[in-house]
Order: sequence, then structure tokens, then C-alpha cells
Amino acid sequence: MTRRNAFAVAGQALGGLAGAAIVLPAVGFAVAPIFERGKERWEPVGPVDDFVEDTYRAVVFTETEGIGDAGKTTAYVRRGSRDLEEDPSRYVAISTRCTHLGCPVRFVDAAGNFICPCHGGVYDFQGKRIGGPPVRPLDQFQTRVRNGQVEVGPRYSVTSQLDPVRARDPGEFTGGIWEYLYPPRPSTFPPPK
Amino acid sequence: MSQAVEKAKEGAELAKEGSVDVAGWLDQRTGASGFLTGMLFRNVPKGTNWFYTLGSATLFAFVIQAVTGVFLAMYYTPSVTDAYASITHINNDVFLGQFVHGMHKWGSSLMVILIFLHMGRTFFFGAYKYPRELNWVIGVVLLILTMTMAFTGYLLPFDQRSFWASIVGININGTGPVLGPYLSDFLRAGPELGATTLARFYAIHMLLIPGAIIALIGAHLYLVVKLGTTAPPWLRAERPKVAAPVERLDAGADENGAPGNGAGR
Repeated sequence: MTRRNAFAVAGQALGGLAGAAIVLPAVGFAVAPIFERGKERWEPVGPVDDFVEDTYRAVVFTETEGIGDAGKTTAYVRRGSRDLEEDPSRYVAISTRCTHLGCPVRFVDAAGNFICPCHGGVYDFQGKRIGGPPVRPLDQFQTRVRNGQVEVGPRYSVTSQLDPVRARDPGEFTGGIWEYLYPPRPSTFPPPK
Repeated sequence: MSQAVEKAKEGAELAKEGSVDVAGWLDQRTGASGFLTGMLFRNVPKGTNWFYTLGSATLFAFVIQAVTGVFLAMYYTPSVTDAYASITHINNDVFLGQFVHGMHKWGSSLMVILIFLHMGRTFFFGAYKYPRELNWVIGVVLLILTMTMAFTGYLLPFDQRSFWASIVGININGTGPVLGPYLSDFLRAGPELGATTLARFYAIHMLLIPGAIIALIGAHLYLVVKLGTTAPPWLRAERPKVAAPVERLDAGADENGAPGNGAGR
């Protein structure tokens, strides 16, 4: 290597280093939120007597703090049903986020189904997909009872058999091979037992 | 080149006389007239017609977006709690606010439509073929950047439609293979659409992408001027009548008016 070449390589290496010193922090700054897990928050949504086992009651609560109405979300809450082999002392909170592309689904009492206005996704009473393009049942929120109030907590996803898994985005499959193809992201909460 | 020299001489004479010609003064220092003459008075092939203006029309649509966007930014607040109120303020209170906002809103659709018409013209006239493949590639990147602009701009008014359309759009991104979920996380800046999402879309919409678009439009135009434009395909059919139609890189810009490619005057 000639002296001239050595200097050229050294100059380019220094330039690359200087460039990386600017670009890498900027990129890290922009992508950092991907790896941040939000604070686990629980919010009371009403006394236990408000919720029955044969229909849902819509509740609105804050999912993301500090951004006003944009941080609020809706869930449909009911008491566990013996007919569906659920624990009657527990509460079921179904997310309104359609698992196709995230539009808000509505519980239609007359049909006993959840129906999405965007692309025609239909879910049964338990949130299992029975029609349209969605790829998995509706997500749920963790629930607990404190001081006679039902509280909702972090969101989680379920498999087609309603087994809890870590929260997924709409459009992502759950269960089976999908848990390995798309491992859970670090920003999600572990599912309830 | 000689023209530039003449201009320069002219400028020098004028300066001697004491009257300063601003254009000459600038030209003497930049040589801009040579560049501008080459660009604005270049030869175009026979048969050039109105379809060839779609590219300029797209450029004009972009300029409208850039200008109205800059002025909208003077009143717009990229905050989750204030964004909708600031748009309402622009539309209802600011003098000509609804007009400027309207130009930006409808202009975005116009730009996308014009891009596709321009793309269709290029495709059906075969203008993407050698040696202009790179310009087609740059154009496709410009199309993708424009779609990104349309997508990020849609969230900014932060009304119900913006909000849900962006949720759906982000989730469509999330269905991409392997990186999809990370891409949607990046766009949202977290698991849920929130304050950082809006700020992020705003930064992408008015700082990141426009810079890239301007740079690529520069490259796009440079190649148009360097390679020249193509003749319409129906003129190509006459080529066998012309003697020695050798395909050459500089055929479109041949100053001697050589008839290869149907170019020249």
C-alpha cells in the first residue's frame, strides 16, 4: 500500500466514523420506543354489580396517559359465564380493536356478535372470529376486582382456542408456529396465567 | 459555451461603462446562462405532445404542496391535544385559511393522480427503456415517497377519520413480512398510537421526505436533460426509412439534428 492510499483509506475511515457518530445516535433515538415497555396501569371501570354474564357493557378507559381523548379506548366487559365454562368470579374484558386492521368493533346485542364496520369482520359472543378477514379472536384486557370495582389492565391476545398469549398487533396470527415465526416484541406485557 | 463567454464580455463592458447589469453580474460569477440555455432550449424529438407535460405538471403539484405546506405550518400545532383545534382555527378563523388548507388537501390527491398519469405516459410510450431505466427507478422511489407523504399527512388534522385511517394504515404496514411488526412499532413510536406518533408523522411529513423528494427530483430532471426525451412510439415506426439508425446514448441531444431516434428538428 502506498502512502497516498493509506491516507485515503484513513481519511475515509475517519469520515465514516464521524458519520456513524451522528447517524447511530439519531437512529437509536428514533427506534428506542420499540423496545420500551409502557407502565402497567389498572383502571376501575365500575362496580361488580354493573356487569352480568349474558351481555356486555361498554366501558371507556385510558390506555395511554397524557394525550387526552386520543389515549382512551373502549372495552366490552361482562361477568364470566358458567354456560361457557368460565369462572363466574372473573370478568371478561374484550378489546374493541378489530384483529384485521384495528378498526373499532361494536357489540350488536340482537345478534350477540361483535361486528367491525370497516371490512366486515364478525366475532361471536366470546370474541372468536366467525366471519370476514380477521386472523384471530378479539384481544382481551386483564381484569381484577379491587374494593368492589372491576379493574381493567394490560391488553393481551388470545389464540383461536382463547389461550392467552402476549399482545399482538392487528393482522398478526397467534398460536402454533406463529409464536416462533414472530416472537413477541419486548414492548408487550406477559399474558395472564 | 461561447454564448456564456459573450455574455461575460458583455457584462464586463457594461461594468466598464458604469451601469451594472445584475443578470450579467450573476452570470459572470456562476456561468448559469450556459446551464439554463442547455436546459431550457434543448432539442426535443418530433411528435412531442401534451402528454409530455405530465411530468412538469407533477412537479408543479409538488411546488404547490411545498408552498402551501410551509404556510400551513405557520398555524398548525403538531400536538395531540391541540392539532384538531389548530386545523379548525386555520379553516374557520385565518384569512384565506380554508383556501390554503384546501389547496394542500386537494393538491395532494392531484399530485398522486398526476404521478400515475405521468407514469402511464412513460410506460405506454416505452420511455422507460434503455438508457432511461435509472430514471424510471428514481421515479418509482419518488412515487413511494409521495405515497408516504400522503399517508403521514393524513394523520395531521387529527380528526376521527385521520385517527382511524392511520391506525388501519399502520396495521397494514404491520402485516409486512419479518420487519412488519417493528415497522408499525416504529411508526407509532410504541404499542399504541399516541402523542409521539403525531410528532413523528409531522417530522417525517415536513422534514424527512420533502428533502428526499427535492433531491430525487433534481436527479430525475438532470437525467431528463442529459438523456433527452423519447419520440412517441408511433413515430418509431418510420425508423427503417432513415439511413443508419444507430442507437446511441446521445441520440436525443444530437446538435447536428441527426435523425437517429426521430430526434432533432
